Amino acid sequence: MNFRSVTMTMAAAAVGLFGLTGAAQAEGQFIPNLVYKTGPYAPSGTPTAHGFADYLAMVNHRDGGINGVEIIYEECETGYKTDRGVECYDRVKNQHGGATVINPWSTGITYALIEKATADKIPLLSMGYGRTSAADGRVFPYVFNFPSTYWNQMTAVIKYIAEQEGGYDKLKGQNLGFIYLDHPYGKEPIPTLDILAEKYGFTYDKYPVPPAAMTEQKSIWLQVRRARPAYMIMWGWGAMNSTAINEASNVKYPMEKFIGNWWAAAEPDVIPAGDGAIGYKGATFNGVGTDFKVYEDINALYDAGKGSWNREEIGGVLYSRGMAAAAYVVEAIRTAQAEYGNRVITGEEMRWGMENLDVTDARIEELGMTGLMPPVSITCDNHEGQNPAIKIQQWNGKEWEIKTDWIKADTALTRPLIEQDAEQYAKESSITPRSCS
Amino acid sequence: MLEFWFFIEVVLNGMFAGTMYSLIALGFVLIFKASGVFNFAQGFMVLFAALCFVGFLEMGVPLILALVIAAAIMVAWAFAVERFVLRHLVNQEPIILFMATIGIAFFLEGFGELLWGADVHPLDIGIPDGAWFVGPDGVMMVQQFDVAAAVIAGGLVAVLALFFTYTRIGRALRAVADDHQAALSVGIPLNQIWIIVWAVAGLVALVAGIIWGSRLGVQFSLSILALKALPVLILGGFTSVPGAIVGGLIIGVGEKVAEIYLGPYIGGGIEEWFAYVVAMLFLLYRPQGLFGDKIIERV
Amino acid sequence: MFYREAGIYKTSYAADQALFRIPLDRIFVISVVLFAALVIPVIGNEYWLGSILIPTLIMAIATIGLNILLGYCGQLSLGTGAFMAAGAFLGYKIATAFPWMPIWAVVILGGLSAALIGVAFGLPSLRIKGFYLAVTTLAAQFFLLWLFQKVPWFVNYSIAGVPTAPPREMFGYLVTGAEATVEARYLFILAFTVVLALIAANLVRGRIGRTWMAIRDMDIAAELIGIKPLPTKLSAFAVSSFYCGVAGVLWSFCYINTVEATAFDIFRSFSVLFMVIIGGLGSILGCFLGAFFIFLLPIFLNSAPGWVGLEVPTELISHLEFMVFGALIVFFLIVEPHGLARLWAITKEKLRLWPFPY
Repeated sequence: MNFRSVTMTMAAAAVGLFGLTGAAQAEGQFIPNLVYKTGPYAPSGTPTAHGFADYLAMVNHRDGGINGVEIIYEECETGYKTDRGVECYDRVKNQHGGATVINPWSTGITYALIEKATADKIPLLSMGYGRTSAADGRVFPYVFNFPSTYWNQMTAVIKYIAEQEGGYDKLKGQNLGFIYLDHPYGKEPIPTLDILAEKYGFTYDKYPVPPAAMTEQKSIWLQVRRARPAYMIMWGWGAMNSTAINEASNVKYPMEKFIGNWWAAAEPDVIPAGDGAIGYKGATFNGVGTDFKVYEDINALYDAGKGSWNREEIGGVLYSRGMAAAAYVVEAIRTAQAEYGNRVITGEEMRWGMENLDVTDARIEELGMTGLMPPVSITCDNHEGQNPAIKIQQWNGKEWEIKTDWIKADTALTRPLIEQDAEQYAKESSITPRSCS
Repeated sequence: MLEFWFFIEVVLNGMFAGTMYSLIALGFVLIFKASGVFNFAQGFMVLFAALCFVGFLEMGVPLILALVIAAAIMVAWAFAVERFVLRHLVNQEPIILFMATIGIAFFLEGFGELLWGADVHPLDIGIPDGAWFVGPDGVMMVQQFDVAAAVIAGGLVAVLALFFTYTRIGRALRAVADDHQAALSVGIPLNQIWIIVWAVAGLVALVAGIIWGSRLGVQFSLSILALKALPVLILGGFTSVPGAIVGGLIIGVGEKVAEIYLGPYIGGGIEEWFAYVVAMLFLLYRPQGLFGDKIIERV
Repeated sequence: MFYREAGIYKTSYAADQALFRIPLDRIFVISVVLFAALVIPVIGNEYWLGSILIPTLIMAIATIGLNILLGYCGQLSLGTGAFMAAGAFLGYKIATAFPWMPIWAVVILGGLSAALIGVAFGLPSLRIKGFYLAVTTLAAQFFLLWLFQKVPWFVNYSIAGVPTAPPREMFGYLVTGAEATVEARYLFILAFTVVLALIAANLVRGRIGRTWMAIRDMDIAAELIGIKPLPTKLSAFAVSSFYCGVAGVLWSFCYINTVEATAFDIFRSFSVLFMVIIGGLGSILGCFLGAFFIFLLPIFLNSAPGWVGLEVPTELISHLEFMVFGALIVFFLIVEPHGLARLWAITKEKLRLWPFPY
């Protein structure tokens, strides 16, 4: 009996597996999404995925697709794990006539997919994460990381701090603190920070948080209490953020001098700390809340019962970010359609669309998303966009409030770094950078 | 002088962190003691218990009632584990039982998220979270929350120690821990004992989950706390309740002192492995941990 | 009837001691290998080769590694991921420091470096046993990953810290990096898998394997009959880490294309342990069965609702995937604690009698 039931299970599993089918024919514009709605990072991954899904569903619901081409949307769960992400990529890339664009939503998965996607001619959009030097479109033709990168974000954060203090000269002699996830993602901005520190004459202490122990930060905050840095900057993710904010409020660190990057400043990060988190600041490149014209259509979608989430939860920081990503994707498809005709766009054509993407303020106004997403214009050699900038938002205990206008990044400082890193990559991988002139 | 007070503060904080680790380690010890099972699912039981508790709270159930319901769920869980898993694995090798608990951990992870979702739930049950300032000019800060947590952990250990020493069930548990077969032969029902230890471990998980949850918010990362409890466990010895406490204190103080005074020289973030290395070096000297039963090997 | 052992006479010691003593076994294994080498690359599509077979074969190598340590020598290690990482990072260092070196040599040297590290972390096993040892191997897991992330030398001072696997050729075909075709990568990995599995199968039935098993069954008794625990346990750690290291190099170079520490975290160690237990302790065949089962099961559970046309939200699928996965593990342990290899043995038993069971 036992033996038989086991063999039956296995036989069923085997039959099922061999049923994995290959490519189906194109019946619409296929936009897969590699999401993570389970595991330790799910509180951040879930709203992002829903924002992305809702925007695409809204375009289908309102316009019947992009210029008549219906969007087929599918999710693949990665759990934020690189190997599952690679498997997901291989699974979705040939479905429904081929993936248009891939959003990996994880720096690790992005790194693993850069060469694969380039070889398969499918563009990767790593919006505000992933490999910073992919901003150099000559070396990374298929990778896009607009509207901004970690390095530029760091220059903008320092600029904001300088503004608060009353000018860059006031930074001289100050001591800052940098708390980061001890992981490629967290370490990415350190070279930029080193250069900035040298340029403006400030010093900073590094506080790495190991990924396996991100909920235990007592020793770090004891050190912060002793060192009393003028500002704390955080490059954190997942449970690390909420723990850090909680500990910071425990050691009475002034919250308005604690600034998180755009992945460390969303609702799941501040809610567990309760009132202690009031005053915490974060960078962002997208708006927050439901006071945008586009929400008329999103609400219509939910009225029709086609929304993907609970209605009362929409409108958060990460939900809005997911929507912005989807909006860029849709605009890029429109751009490509303008060139190749109103039909299903291939990955290669999509790359052209993304490279010629020009989302102006006027266009954002038309979309009803003014303030929800920044304008972006991409060129062949610059895949990050022309004017990377951030806004600073602050948590008031109930919701995030945008406190500043756009703070422009110091691209003159980061661009040479980006090109240098891209060059090193090109040399290691024996790639000849294409010419963009 | 300031440095001295800071050092005291570091040590104190290490001790508080250590008692928090001990809370998790206790659950491991209970189950290992009575059934020889290294229960990997303990971390997920902490998460699951806390999720149930906070879930009912958010539904508007009063605090006490939510506590009772969550406790009842953990007891029911203990029955289920015994009925569907342990009973069928009697006399298997320890490694097989260990794997089974990893299976249970996966199940519980999916089940917990299925029921309660993956959101972060804030939890506030009224543990004070202010701070006292002591020493000259209040240079040293003591978190009230830490003190409260340490008191709860201490109380829990005391209750468990009394339970083990003075009740009938407690004596039966110790008998089972000493020798399964001898215990069986004097008429102690092994299955019931298992249910009891799993239930007690579930309740300990609930307490740990509530305390850690009010600190971090109830979220998935509560489950990986188990990794912080493992060095505590081997340092104190798998089978000793006081060992879990003493081990916790040593590990807590050791890793904080190391991180603050040694970390900056070698790049920081060493807490993650330092506890394990301390535990390993200690085991080289005493392979059964501080209070573990001496391993006697016969051919 | 189908599986016959009777009537096979051995006339020489060599025949009696062959790896596959029964012609049917030999024919079966050879035909499986030939099928895998000649037919599968032709009929398999990119998804099957690239996302299913390549990772599974690599995991099978790691599983053989852990099985040698746990199934044959009885030492429980939770540091598999770290030893894989050691192979991957040192392999990367070797490949970039000596660009002229053939890729197979890089893989082997990566494995050897992992073996050295494995020996160092195997030293405590002389005093520490059982679960205490398991937890101390976690020291290796956390320390090594910390080291590889902390010291920029390991990643050639790359700013991002996630270097890309360098493209290398063998017989004029690219076998590593993203440009390499799946077929080339698959065959490259298959060659390693087959050779390493054969070596392992021969190791464990030779003198050294027997000393491992003696230590596993009772180390004190083994010591009394003259088996030195030090070289025996350390050799098991060395061989095991070598296999894990090779798997680590291949995983980074041929599968995910990046050398990344998070790919070898503690959950990797656990999944390899699963493969060993579900496949069957102390069985080389079991390693393959276990690797296939544990690697494919979640993917199968995850995509199954799609094939039957069910529209289930992704998160629900994933939650159910975890529950079913956990429950199946427990179910397997209950019905067959000796793993899939034991099931295979039972199958052979049945085939021997079929169609005339008693």
